[in-house]
Amino acid sequence: MSEDRPRSRAETKAQLRDLLDTEGPAVEANVSTFNAGRYRRYAEMESTEAYREAARRIKEEAIERLPELVEELTKQVEANGGTVYLADDAADAREYVRDVATDREAESVVKSKTMTSEEVHLNAALEAEGIEVTETDLAEFVLQLAEEEPSHIVAPAIHKSRAEIADLFSRVFDVEDPLETPEELTQFARERLLERVKDADIGLTGANFLTADTGTLALITNEGNARKCAVTPDTHIAISGVEKILPSVRDLSPFLNLIGPAGAGQDITAYVSLFKPPVATPAIDFDAPDTPGFGDADDREFHLVLLDNGRLSMREDDDLRETLYCVRCGACANSCANFQQVGGHAFGGETYSGGIATGWEAGIRGPGAAADFNDLCTGCSRCVDACPVKIDIPWINTVVRDRLNRGDEPGRFDSLVDGLTPDEEPGGLDPGKRLFGNFGTLAKWGSRTAPVANALADSSVARAALERVAGIDRRRDLPTFDPEPLTEWFATRPDATPEDPVREAVLYPDVYTTYVATDRGKAAVRTLEALGVDVTVPEVGASGRAPLSQGMIATATDRATAVADALCPEIRAGRDVVVVEPSDLALFRREYGKLLESGRAETVADNSYELFEYVFGLLENGADPDALRSPADGDAEIAYHSHCQQRTLGLEDHTVAVLEARGYDVETSDVECCGMAGSFGYKSEYFELSMAVGEGLTSQFTDPKNADRRVVASGISCVEQLDSLLERRATHPVHLVDPLQGAVE
Amino acid sequence: MSSDSIATFQRRAVDRRATIERTTVSEFDGALADCLKEPAVGVPLAFDDVSLADHPVELDPSPADLDAAATGVTPVGPAVAEYGSVVIPSDERGAEAVSLYPETHVAVLAASDVYPTLSTALAEVSEELAEGLTSVVFATGPSATADMGAPVYGVHGPAKLHVLLLEDR
Repeated sequence: MSEDRPRSRAETKAQLRDLLDTEGPAVEANVSTFNAGRYRRYAEMESTEAYREAARRIKEEAIERLPELVEELTKQVEANGGTVYLADDAADAREYVRDVATDREAESVVKSKTMTSEEVHLNAALEAEGIEVTETDLAEFVLQLAEEEPSHIVAPAIHKSRAEIADLFSRVFDVEDPLETPEELTQFARERLLERVKDADIGLTGANFLTADTGTLALITNEGNARKCAVTPDTHIAISGVEKILPSVRDLSPFLNLIGPAGAGQDITAYVSLFKPPVATPAIDFDAPDTPGFGDADDREFHLVLLDNGRLSMREDDDLRETLYCVRCGACANSCANFQQVGGHAFGGETYSGGIATGWEAGIRGPGAAADFNDLCTGCSRCVDACPVKIDIPWINTVVRDRLNRGDEPGRFDSLVDGLTPDEEPGGLDPGKRLFGNFGTLAKWGSRTAPVANALADSSVARAALERVAGIDRRRDLPTFDPEPLTEWFATRPDATPEDPVREAVLYPDVYTTYVATDRGKAAVRTLEALGVDVTVPEVGASGRAPLSQGMIATATDRATAVADALCPEIRAGRDVVVVEPSDLALFRREYGKLLESGRAETVADNSYELFEYVFGLLENGADPDALRSPADGDAEIAYHSHCQQRTLGLEDHTVAVLEARGYDVETSDVECCGMAGSFGYKSEYFELSMAVGEGLTSQFTDPKNADRRVVASGISCVEQLDSLLERRATHPVHLVDPLQGAVE
Repeated sequence: MSSDSIATFQRRAVDRRATIERTTVSEFDGALADCLKEPAVGVPLAFDDVSLADHPVELDPSPADLDAAATGVTPVGPAVAEYGSVVIPSDERGAEAVSLYPETHVAVLAASDVYPTLSTALAEVSEELAEGLTSVVFATGPSATADMGAPVYGVHGPAKLHVLLLEDR
């Protein structure tokens, strides 16, 4: 829950450790099922991409036209006989609903699941008036009994096991025969809730969508409780964020096709209700049970509460606006490796959880409301492909991180890292963020002063200081700097330009490949040359990935500008850009579009290739595969883990194809993430979470059928994580095709 | 609609645990009698030559009747072949409640009302809403939850959805 000050590292670490032990296993079991279901349904549906594009387009247009749609919807609902109230903020919404309830002398309210009501703390406001409020969604009912907060926006009790629910029911209701099976638990809850519905004076629901054309409210459910709540009592109140309005009923189509698959891998939920209230369905007066026929539909009353609460300001905010496209499906939570381990009680704010929660909490309550969980987004980009409306969730997390960095008071540790870290960021920035964000500068310094830097990094005194000041966990190995940077090696080696080159290419010397993992850079140069490419390795500078992952957007923009300054002339001279590190390629192809002026961003994006994507292209265009190494006897079986962003860019297959073409037998990992995610796993508060995420990879690669396979990974942080997870060392795939026999690996 | 759509509808509805019986106007009475578990409530059907009048179905139920009913019978349509969904239109006689409270919903559907896709059915529904219909439910299979640790069918809504498909309507 949000507090006045952000949590300390020690508090975060303690919370995550506790959740990993308690709620984590139930969360992981449930969320992984939803996640696998989404992959399956997205693949099965022929039109997934067409639906996503249509949904995105409709949302963009609807938010653009929002003030006009509010007006049109209001007119329609009023013409239908209902009332619309536009609530400025949470208190305003609470008061309106409370007044409707007290005017009707309501004694009880039954609710179906609505996160918007959680956002405005509606239950407490009604209960303070002596009104009994009953959550009828089974999961919300469980939470109401347990007095706990939702841990997931779609499946709010996902952190509770069946046994815990059974214990809860036994405790609260004094059950004679213990309830055990899911059927028994469901039946028990159903019977109690049915009585509450029959007695209720008011039914309260949320809305998944509203359509301006007819004043229609769409509710997407499985249990049937929302239907009962909406039509059984004669008064229906719906509370909805103002962003949920679409122009027309027909616009619902792509959303209805997507929301079941995106949320839980269902094809469509059991019920999709379209209400144009007040509805003609008669209310049912169970207090007059024997009167033939039901009540008079003319007595029906309908109130729609449209909640602003910061949303109209978010609409004006170029970086947070996309949050308003969110359809609350939970796919960003389900696809998130960190969420899978700890759930929404860690990866979430006061109301919303998962990747998109940062946008919601920051938009509604200010960036501080996202401070305690925003860093759990590692920017892996898995959620972007999962999101049915293609929201760039990592970017929202980055922007809010930047705003949090800038909002901090000047801190105590500035002098310790300032000298080493020339950046564009404000004083007071967390020293760990500043250190990781300036890794390029550090690496250069480390390379120049190696072996001193390497020895220092190994000393326990230095490690203790790094952990205390910058939060770098002592259990991680630090990078070992190479005294000869890749660019120097290249500049001083004998010329090896192929005769009659097929292409000219720049090998982009990212920070790690230049100063730490120089061997993979050398192997990449030899590989490209063997395939007939005229390679150069110029000084280019760091990509900006490191500062961006710490929310240091101004610094990242500086780095991106320098990279574009260096690469654009090379590209204009006809050279391709080959990138070894997938996270840097992802930056070139995605975030540079936000950091650089258009034109230059496209130039870099369109002419840059991941190393194996490029090798694959060369082989497809006739390069001689025999110029590359093939496996030695008994060395052909490998276990390959590709990088998160490499996968979301669709570039895993190229590496696998090239390796297989050279005779390797490749088993690929099937986990979302290794857990390291750049600097994330180095941070002391996240070390244990990072290792927990990695367990899936460990178990796959230590399974007897893979245990003897050589471990290969494309991302440098993946390699380091694998080295922590497994006893055998991991290597970059380029070493498997490097033509230089006996090359260092 | 095409026989392809009807076959798809049947397959997809069965995938979602609905049961489908193909019947005709002349065989309807027998088909309904076979699946009708009493007590039953219903709303009048909207198809020529097919009626609930001769069946033990309360067409003007009290709240107590609704509460006690094992079966609720309503007309449905359109239907969505790609998902096996039926659309339950509401009416002033309480079709929404009759299809929702009893353990079994018997849904009577004309074959000509089976649309191939959600978007085509939605276009039809959109027109009806514009013309005065006040609510519909796209129902796919029985009511369901996974909140208690495993899938359970029959939560707040019916545990069984049985579709009587009139092939000649």
